[in-house]
Amino acid sequence: MALATRKSKMGTMARQEERTFYLFISPWIFGFLLFTAGPIMASLFFSFTFYDVVTPPRWIGIGNYTGLLADELFWQSLKVTALYAAGSVFLGIAASLFIAILLNRNIRGVSIFRTIFYLPSVISGVAVSLLFMWILNSDFGVVNFVLWKLFRIQGPTWLMSQTWVIPSMVFMSLWGIGGSIVLYLARLQGIPTELFEAAEIDGANYWRRLRSITLPLMTPVIFFNMLTGVIGSFQVFTQAYVMTNGGPNNASLFYILYLYRNAFRYWRMGYASAQAWIMFLILLVLTVILLRTSSRWVYYEAG
Amino acid sequence: MSTIDRPGVVGTTHRDAVTKPLFWTKSRSTRIGDAVTYMIIAVMSIVILFPVFWMLSTSLKENSEVFLFPPRWVPKELLWENYPKALTFLPFGLYFRNTAIVTAMCVVGQLLSSPLVAFAFARLHARGRDALFLLVLATMMLPAQVTMIPLFMLFKVAGLVDTFVPLILPNFFGGAFFIFLLRQFFLTISPELADAAKIDGCGYFQTYSRIYLPLSKPALATVAIFTFMWTWNDFMGPLIYLNREQNWTLTLGLSRFRGIYGTTPWNLLMAASLVTVLPLIVLFFFAQRYFIQGIVITGVKG
Repeated sequence: MALATRKSKMGTMARQEERTFYLFISPWIFGFLLFTAGPIMASLFFSFTFYDVVTPPRWIGIGNYTGLLADELFWQSLKVTALYAAGSVFLGIAASLFIAILLNRNIRGVSIFRTIFYLPSVISGVAVSLLFMWILNSDFGVVNFVLWKLFRIQGPTWLMSQTWVIPSMVFMSLWGIGGSIVLYLARLQGIPTELFEAAEIDGANYWRRLRSITLPLMTPVIFFNMLTGVIGSFQVFTQAYVMTNGGPNNASLFYILYLYRNAFRYWRMGYASAQAWIMFLILLVLTVILLRTSSRWVYYEAG
Repeated sequence: MSTIDRPGVVGTTHRDAVTKPLFWTKSRSTRIGDAVTYMIIAVMSIVILFPVFWMLSTSLKENSEVFLFPPRWVPKELLWENYPKALTFLPFGLYFRNTAIVTAMCVVGQLLSSPLVAFAFARLHARGRDALFLLVLATMMLPAQVTMIPLFMLFKVAGLVDTFVPLILPNFFGGAFFIFLLRQFFLTISPELADAAKIDGCGYFQTYSRIYLPLSKPALATVAIFTFMWTWNDFMGPLIYLNREQNWTLTLGLSRFRGIYGTTPWNLLMAASLVTVLPLIVLFFFAQRYFIQGIVITGVKG
């Protein structure tokens, strides 16, 4: 009898805890329904309609999707984004890993250098876009001056050149790799010293240790960086809008810039929604591919 | 303990000084390696810092000096009056005020909502909790562009386009990323503390507000700082939602600066840009460890 009362009392407490849980997370649930779940379904619906905001949406089946597949600018925006992703992800990982390994060499003043390398990541956006427009200016830009002074090379017109506009933006993205450096550095500093000492006793030199111990242990972070880097490339907007507005000749028409134009310039809301969904599917497929192949090269410690 | 101690994860300055071996006690090859490392890092640091220096230098030049070739690294005369000139040409004071209001409200919203939700996920037991937490994580993967258009329509129907509400309101319902970050942090706080509080007669909310919140100041600072940084730098949100100039934020004003002027007055433009990013730079120098901590806890680069 006593046991039974205690049991039911426990039940009341557990129920009370459960009620409190749902009460506490209710802001998130409300926000999720209103700002995420609802809009997702609306967006999926819009993507099958012709919708110009003024008149109610009209069902056109897969018309937007077939329209996109036949749209040259859509393919151009995919190409631009893919090129940028390939360049910025690959060079970004290489550069940040290189700097992190240098910073990890037991030298003094690591925290000062870490501060310097991270600083640019704090100031993204419009101001940085304007700054790089000035630095990369073809006539008075400081980059072309340095190229001329040091190598006697007549620099390209960078942002005004169809060939160089994407490399320019990749170059600019390298300025913001401080976040990755911090991540790599944190991981490097977590590698147990014993591993290196054992290898040293076995006669492994610095390069050997780097290749056989450091790099394999870094692969989870490299993998993470690839994933976020590719997703990040599909979010590039401010630079493209401010610096080139997609030009010259659509050579920097990033995916989101084209989506933005369709939605908020031409008010083709259905078409733009379809674009958003295609992007979501592309990212989903890329993520799955990366996850599948990761088991072959990403090293996870046993346990 | 090895002779060569490895620095810890964050904030290692004092430990560096104590445990790092002195230069002359290292082997010769290590010393050469160190020297090369220093040289490479120093050159890279200069390259990294140069754009910021160039922003400052350009902002203090006379218009004709800006277009000198070869460029003059340090202006002949420091023209501080470029700053009032740049800031009065467009109503930058107004943009600054608008940006500050939006940013402050977003920070308040996140601090009110995210920790409460995170506490529930970390410390309260309920059926369906883990599934809901997976849902929180899943929303982090969703590109914002998928919901962008319906959200715009929602705010348009509600008559809230061209107000700050669309930029601020979503922050009052918790951000998935911050919920995740804070939950991880709360899990490191010993549950015995919560049990002790319960015995002392604290309710769940009191346990949260009197024990968990005060113990989580560093994590809360990280949330505040990231919200600040993202909102302050945001361009697409204001571009989509704000129309009338009286509502513009700094990023929006800055992006229109060029078009209005005709030929680009780089010195004034750089002055305005520098003023725009200055609060972020100042914040970074004072709260650096919270930036680093946020990155390390979550693996997200900010």
